[in-house]
Formats: sequence, C-alpha cells, structure tokens
Amino acid sequence: MIYAVAVFAPLLGSLVSGLLGRSIGDRAAMAVSVLCMLVAAALGPLACFQLVSGETDAGTVSLGTWVEAGHFHVSWALRYDVLAAAMVAMVTFVAMLIHVYSIGYMAHDQFPRYRFFAYLSLFTFSMLMLVTADNLLQLFFGWEGVGLCSYLLIGYWYDRPSANAAAIKAFIVNRIGDLAFAVGVALVFLKFGSIEFSTIFPAIAQHQSDTYSVLGGTFPAFEVIGVLLFIGAMGKSAQIGLHVWLPDAMEGPTPVSALIHAATMVTAGVFLVARMSPLYEFAPFALGMVTFIGATTALFAATIGCVQNDIKRVIAYSTCSQLGYMFTAAGVGAFQVSIFHLMTHAFFKALLFLSAGSVIHAVSDEQDMRKMGGLARLIPWTCVVMWIGSLALAGIPPFAGYYSKDAIIAAAYASGTGIGMYGFICTVLAAFLTAFYSWRLLIMTFHGRSRVDHHVLEHVHESPPVMIVPLLFLATGAVIAGKLLAPLFIGDDWQAFWNGSIFNAPTNHVLADLETVPAWAEMAPLVFGLAGIALAYVMYMAFPLLPMQLATKFRGIYLFLLNKWYFDELYDAIFVQPTIRLSRMLWQTGDATLIDGVPNGLAELAVDGSRQAVKIQTGSLAVYAFVMLIGVVLLVGIFLVSR
Amino acid sequence: MGTEVGLGHFLVVSAILLVLGIFGIFLNRKNVIIILMSVELILLAVNLNLVAFSAALGDLVGQVFAMFVLTVAAAEAAIGLAIVVIYFRNRGSIQVEDVNLMKG
Repeated sequence: MIYAVAVFAPLLGSLVSGLLGRSIGDRAAMAVSVLCMLVAAALGPLACFQLVSGETDAGTVSLGTWVEAGHFHVSWALRYDVLAAAMVAMVTFVAMLIHVYSIGYMAHDQFPRYRFFAYLSLFTFSMLMLVTADNLLQLFFGWEGVGLCSYLLIGYWYDRPSANAAAIKAFIVNRIGDLAFAVGVALVFLKFGSIEFSTIFPAIAQHQSDTYSVLGGTFPAFEVIGVLLFIGAMGKSAQIGLHVWLPDAMEGPTPVSALIHAATMVTAGVFLVARMSPLYEFAPFALGMVTFIGATTALFAATIGCVQNDIKRVIAYSTCSQLGYMFTAAGVGAFQVSIFHLMTHAFFKALLFLSAGSVIHAVSDEQDMRKMGGLARLIPWTCVVMWIGSLALAGIPPFAGYYSKDAIIAAAYASGTGIGMYGFICTVLAAFLTAFYSWRLLIMTFHGRSRVDHHVLEHVHESPPVMIVPLLFLATGAVIAGKLLAPLFIGDDWQAFWNGSIFNAPTNHVLADLETVPAWAEMAPLVFGLAGIALAYVMYMAFPLLPMQLATKFRGIYLFLLNKWYFDELYDAIFVQPTIRLSRMLWQTGDATLIDGVPNGLAELAVDGSRQAVKIQTGSLAVYAFVMLIGVVLLVGIFLVSR
Repeated sequence: MGTEVGLGHFLVVSAILLVLGIFGIFLNRKNVIIILMSVELILLAVNLNLVAFSAALGDLVGQVFAMFVLTVAAAEAAIGLAIVVIYFRNRGSIQVEDVNLMKG
C-alpha cells in the first residue's frame, strides 16, 4: 500500500500543480508538488527497507485491467521486488531533493513556476511507473512518459530557439530507439503469448533454442529480441550512435539536467537490461553487444568531455560515459554491479549537476568555464560539494564511485572473455580521462586566476540554503552510498539481497570471480584516476598556458574532440539533409504541384467554362423570343417528322 | 362557290395574324407595349382558329374555349401593363434595349 502511495503521490502533485496552478497560485502549486514529493520520498525508501528486511513479501500490487483484446492481456500493476523497490527508493529520494533545490533555482525565472513543477512531478511519476512496471507495455508507458517530460522540460524556456531545437532533437532521437523497443516488445508477445514478466521469465528456458529465419539467415530469437530491446535502451541511455541528444538537452534548466539527464531517466536503459536479465542471460551475442557499445561509449564520451568548455556539457558527456560503464557491467553478466553503479551515480551525478547549477546561479547564468576561475573563496559550500562529487566520480576511496566503478572494471576483467577484456581496457582508460576532465572542471571553475568579468564578480554570491541543503544531502550520499550499499548489492550475500529479482545463469560466476581479480587489475583504475588528476593539475594549475599550446600543436585532434567526433555533422549529412531534400521534393512536386494542382485545375476549368456559357445570356428580349420560336419550330418539326 | 368564305380563308388570316404577332415581338426594338400588343395578336390568331374550326365542325366547345382565352388574355394584358407601369417608375424607360438586367 505505501508502495502504491509512493508511486502515485507525484502524479497527484503534478495534476494539482499543472491543472490548478493558475487558480491556486504559484506558491501553493509549488508547495503541493513539493509536499507530495516529500511523502513519496518518505514512503519509497520505507517500502524498500521493509522488503529488504523481510517485513513484507515481494509481489505485485494490482491496480486494474488496461487492455483486454483476445489473447492480449495487459493490466496495471506495480511489481514489488528488490530491483523495483530499490529504484523507487532512489528515484523518489533524488527527485525530492531536486524539487526542493528547484524552489531556489527557479525563484527568479521569467515564467510562472507551477508549469515547471508540474512537469517535474509528472516526470517522477513516469519514471516510477517505468521501474515498477509489471509488464513490458506498462514499462513502455513509463518509457514514453519520461520521454515526453524530457521533451517538455528541455524546451521549458520555449522562447529560446535553441531550447526548442534541442527538445525536438531529444524527442526524435529517442523515437528511433523506441521503434526498436516496440518491435522487441511485439516479438516478445509473439514468442511468449504474453508481455507480463511473471509469465515471460519462467517460460524462457523452453524457448531458448527458438530461431527466426529472415532473409535467408537464421537468428536465435532471444538474440534478436535482446538486440532490439538494447537499441531502445541505447536511445534512452544515450549510448554511442544515439547519444547526440544528451549534450544538447543541457538547454533545459539545470535541475532538469540533474534529474532527467543524469540521475534517473537516462538510467532507464540500464534498468531495462537488468530487468530483462533472464532473457539476456540466454542471449550471449546481445550481451556482447551491450558490453561493446557500453565500453566504447565510456571511452568515447570521456574523450569529448576533456575539451568541452561549457560546464554542463562536460558533466553531460561524463554522464554518457558513466552510462557506458553501467552497460559494460551489464554486458558481462554483472547486472547487480551495473545497478549498484546506477545508484551511486545517481547521487554524485545529481550532486555535480546541481552544484554546477549553483555555480551558474552565482556567476549570473554564465556557463563557459573559460569565464570562471578562482570561485572557491566566493562560493565555498558549492566548491566543497563539487569536490566531493568529483572525488566520487573519479573513484577515489572511500567515496561512492570507488566501490561501484572499480567493481565494474573488475567485473569486466573477471568475465575473462575477449569482449570483457575490451571493456576492461576501455573503462580503465576512461577512468583516467574521467579524473582528468573532472579536475579540469574543478580547477577551471574554482581555482587558479579569476577570469570572471568584473561586473559579474561583484554579484557572485553563495546560493540560498534551499539550494545548499539538498546539495549536502546528495554529498552525504556521494560519500557513504558506496560503502553502505556495496555489502548489500555485491557483497557475499547478494543472492539473498536481490532475492531473484535479477537473474544470473548457472554458468555466470562473474560476481563470485570479483574476489579473484589480480591486484594490479584491481588497482589500475585508482592509479589511472590519480594520474588523471595529476595531469589535470599540471596542465591547468601549474602551467596554465600548456593546454593552449597543446591545442594549437595538435589542432586536428583538438578540433575533432571539440566537435564531438563530428557526429552531428555526420548525421546532418547522412540523415538530416537527405530528409530535408526529400521533404522539399514531396512538398514542391508532390503536394504543391500534384495534389493541389488537380483540384485547382478543375476549378479553373469550371470558371473558364462558365465564362463562356455566360455570353449566351445577351439580355435582349428579341433574341430570347427568337430562340424560343426556333425552339418551338424545331420541337414541332421533330414531332411531325417522328410521328 | 368561288367567292364563298371558307375554312381555308379563316386559317390563312389566322396564320397571317400569328406571323405578324411573332415578328412584332422580335423585330421590335422600341417599345415593350408593342410586345404586349403582339402577344394579343397571337392570342387573337388562336381564337380565330378555334372559332373557325368550331363553326366548321359544328362543335360549340371551340367557341366556349375562345371565350376562356379572351378572359385570360384580358387578365394577362392587365398584369402586363401593370408590370410595364411599375417598370417605368423604377427604371424611367421602357425601351426594349434598356431591359437587359439579365445580361450575363
């Protein structure tokens, strides 16, 4: 019961704030939506604790029937198992902090705030529906719901053309993944005759040798479904190829970036893979692809993060990269580790984004790090929490990231497969780059010589308590979450903890093998991380002119990274321009010429015809009389002749 | 017998009257009233035919019918003249070439 309340409280907040916001006023709408979130954040973790401590049993909370068509049954139901409950606890808690933070951050916004809070709460609700889904269609409902809210929130400042463009881009790129996802769901239904998890999972063993024959080739059914679902996950979780929307999504207000594009929505793809673990365990090729894409993204996004100058973009690429880590772990069968990293990442990434928001707030909405520097003394609290977030992100013990990230890298090594080794190498290198760009960000923002405009400098101020307090909560999480959760999620008793909500094939020993990873592989990420920090210190603190010289010397590489590997340009040339040309052709020849031409031509013909016909009407009585006479004569003549 | 007035003579006069009436209608370019008069002429030609055949066939119905036609012709003339008067009031002219409002 409290579980259902935790899920539906944000919906209530959203409805009240969105529908009545205009009449009850801004402050009341805000109060209601934050209050609902507080309720959810109290009950969500409580439900999780009750389940973990064994007070309540796992099960399903049934809410009613949704679709009833022939053999196709879909019901509204909340799945109550450890995986879902842990996600609910994390989502409600982080979302609540971000709601509170938004009160301060949006205080000076030009628009009435009830709309913002309505979207934010609706997003939280959609995310909760996604993670508690008991069948794939309900999961898809949440999946699309978060996509919609993401669109609405990225385009929140709708008077900015760039925000609208970013919102549309996010929506369209996500649609590509969603298409594959929807096809995957359809195939699941065809194969199992149901899309309810409780029906699918037990039936997996009996279908594992099924195949599809398409275009002369034969493909194992689970591989096809796994790959399709993963393409959906790639879109939502911004993996390489479909990642282009995430950096642009930074057009939205910063709390949105923190909530949607760091802590929750983008992790939906990881959650999906973990949720479908019983299927993925029988799809080794699909899992290999997950690791390959994840590891590639982890490294690729990290390289871009190293040269970006927009503070939010650096963190955005960092998110991309960390999601790659999670997929790497999921791909080698360590789903628990990927969920563990998802949890710790939610804390420190939300923390990083929100403190970046606090920095932006302090320097009058400037986002370019080249115009910051030396802010540590002016905004000390923000500086401290951002340091904590970066330490956690870089995986320095005893911060949260150390436990989860090292576990991922160790799992990649422990898997012992070729693709796992590829994942290991990529993630270790990415760990180096992660530490480098994190300290580059810290030093450029908080330390060294101040490059802030002196008009702005006069107004630099620490954020109000309503923004700082959520940051402190998240910082606490970023410090202790790893130490606290590691024994539960991936410790010795992980099987008892997860209680079957994540499936591992009998042949999958990766979690057990975590202990046997050699010391050098275990230490590698930490050593590389420290090296990254040292390099950042040398380049940006000790010799601040060095980056500029390097950029001029290796101009090709620098521009390649600065332009994000030219992905946008590539897609523009391959997809966008041909589409525009095709549309233009369809518009000008198809629509304007053919479809408009036919009725317009007919109308033209009718007008011309009547213009001729009208000349018969001379208006002269004599002519009429004459014609009448001729007519009568003719009629009589015909009558006489034909008689 | 050669000088006796027979059915043929009546029909010839009637035909002449009819043709006169018709030509009066559409060769007339001047006056609407002349058209009305021409219509009367045509009706008279019809009446003459009816009476002539009635006499020739010894059937009185034709003459009765001629009386009806006369009545209708009187009514028609009255209405026609009334229209002409109203038309003159409105337009200030009853010249036939001025009556061309229906021109397309």
